[in-house]
Amino acid sequence: MDTLLTQILNSLFYASILFLIASGLSLVYGVMRIVNMAHGNLYAIGAYVAAWTIGLASTELHVSLLFVLLVTGALAAALAGALIEPAFLRPLYRRAEEYQLLMTFGLLLVLEDVMRLLWGPHPLTASALSDALGSISVLGATYPAYNIFVIVIGALAAVGLGAFVYRTRFGVMLRATSQDMRMASALGINVKRVYVQAFTLGCLMAGLGGAVVMPISGAVLGMGVDALILAFVVVVIGGLGSLEGALVGALIVGFVRTLGITYFAEVELAVLYLIAAVVLFVRPAGLFGRA
Amino acid sequence: MTELALTSPRVLSSRRVLSGALAVGALAAIPTIASPFQTITICYGLVFAIAALGFNLLLGYTGLLSFGHSAYFGTGAYVVALLVKYLGVASMELFVVAGILGSAAVAALFGVVCVRYTRIFFGILTLALSQVLWSLALKLFWVTGGSDGLRVPTPTLLGGLGGPGADKVEFIAHRYYYYVLILFLVATAGMWVIVNSPFGKALQAIRDNETRAEFVGVQVWKYRWIAFVISGAFTGLAGALWVPLNGLTTPDILYWPFSGRIVFFTVLGGFRTFIGPIVGAIAYNYLETYAVGFTVYWQLVLGIVLVLLVLTMPTGLVGTAMQLVERVRRGR
Repeated sequence: MDTLLTQILNSLFYASILFLIASGLSLVYGVMRIVNMAHGNLYAIGAYVAAWTIGLASTELHVSLLFVLLVTGALAAALAGALIEPAFLRPLYRRAEEYQLLMTFGLLLVLEDVMRLLWGPHPLTASALSDALGSISVLGATYPAYNIFVIVIGALAAVGLGAFVYRTRFGVMLRATSQDMRMASALGINVKRVYVQAFTLGCLMAGLGGAVVMPISGAVLGMGVDALILAFVVVVIGGLGSLEGALVGALIVGFVRTLGITYFAEVELAVLYLIAAVVLFVRPAGLFGRA
Repeated sequence: MTELALTSPRVLSSRRVLSGALAVGALAAIPTIASPFQTITICYGLVFAIAALGFNLLLGYTGLLSFGHSAYFGTGAYVVALLVKYLGVASMELFVVAGILGSAAVAALFGVVCVRYTRIFFGILTLALSQVLWSLALKLFWVTGGSDGLRVPTPTLLGGLGGPGADKVEFIAHRYYYYVLILFLVATAGMWVIVNSPFGKALQAIRDNETRAEFVGVQVWKYRWIAFVISGAFTGLAGALWVPLNGLTTPDILYWPFSGRIVFFTVLGGFRTFIGPIVGAIAYNYLETYAVGFTVYWQLVLGIVLVLLVLTMPTGLVGTAMQLVERVRRGR
């Protein structure tokens, strides 16, 4: 019973992180029709910046204030996104999509090394945060409280993003642009602005994901490349461009991965990719995607 | 979007034959005039050029952007490494045949799934499938050596030349270089015939307008699948030729950033021309070799080059050069 509960919580923890990354990737694709290969690097930027600011402040601030500093990771990724979209992606919207993919691949290479340049080859971490919370007892099972914190953040992000996209005026503009960019533009929506806002929001989510996972797994070079490919699996299963899809996909991948680590560790990753391939084969648009 | 016409006239003009012969002559002279280091760098470039030629049959001629060609390069390489490990094979000819067959088989299987889609879904699907192989190579370490990879000793060429124990640098910079060069020429000639055949024209028709192609009687699905298998086989041949050169194969060549590299060198040269991928692969290999030797931040250098390339030279080195030549000619 205890193990089962721990496994479920592990899956939810993992799904929360995946949702934070994949929802941004999916949002950007949904609105702009760009598959951002550098998205994983924005997740990594979130982790590095949060680790860096918390490392700087850890001697002076109380640990509860350090939690607030996790936000810096998300903000840094959002800022990077707000700069990348107008400078590197905007000139390419009229070109074939191969070029957009290549551009984001180029940005991936650049960002990977910029992080190495700024923070060196050694991993950064801030385990003070996860240590500070200790463990709590959930229905008789002992579980790290920080992981619960991450699950809560993931759930809040899902609810918040859903409300933002489906309940606000900006959300309406976002969805209108996503459905028909030209029509939205003709109706007076400033599409350029929606694009940069959507891209920034997507990067903010990725940065938040990187920041909250950092106290546990650290900020490591290559984490972005690894994360991107799992985020791809999530959005392919759920449907590119769909928020519900990102949520369901993240849960599926989270649970399969936890199962995989326990029962079939050797082929765990292969099973995930195969699930993605099977979903694409049966339902090309994913479980929740529009064809 | 303005489409640049593919410059592959059926007739080989005398100027083309002459410049081709000069290029082949220059490549053949390299081991005698250049240092072993330079020769080996060019040799890597030629191997990557074969991969790029195969890749460009899909991108340039069929209009499909694969982000999973590491799968076929890696299959070619791992087939060779496994032949060495389990059967003790040392014959390069066997390696080449097995590498081509192995990667063609994987491409035939993956192709059935992938060619049903185009555009971004094709890219993601090829990527996802290639990562199945990567994760297997990484995790099934008792077979594949895991992240340490598998070593491949110097092979024997044509049943007698080289072989384990031969001086590696000597062997690679001379005999093996010529071996690669000949296979490169065969591959290039083969690809030239393919893209100028009725089959190649049908692929270009599919690329330009799928619906029209279907209406004039081209079986789109079948043609794409055949192109996919040929493309995989060429890339697999490159993988098989690459292992003895590198001496070691690791899961890195199956990981998706390696697919990105194959895309990179094809676009660097220009995917709208026949020779673009060849020029791009050799140029990219030089760029990477020198960037790696020059700084630990070589990825940054490559990334900046790619970003600038996409922004300012979308037709690649060959396309841009041709435009310049055209402008000079008109200016007269």
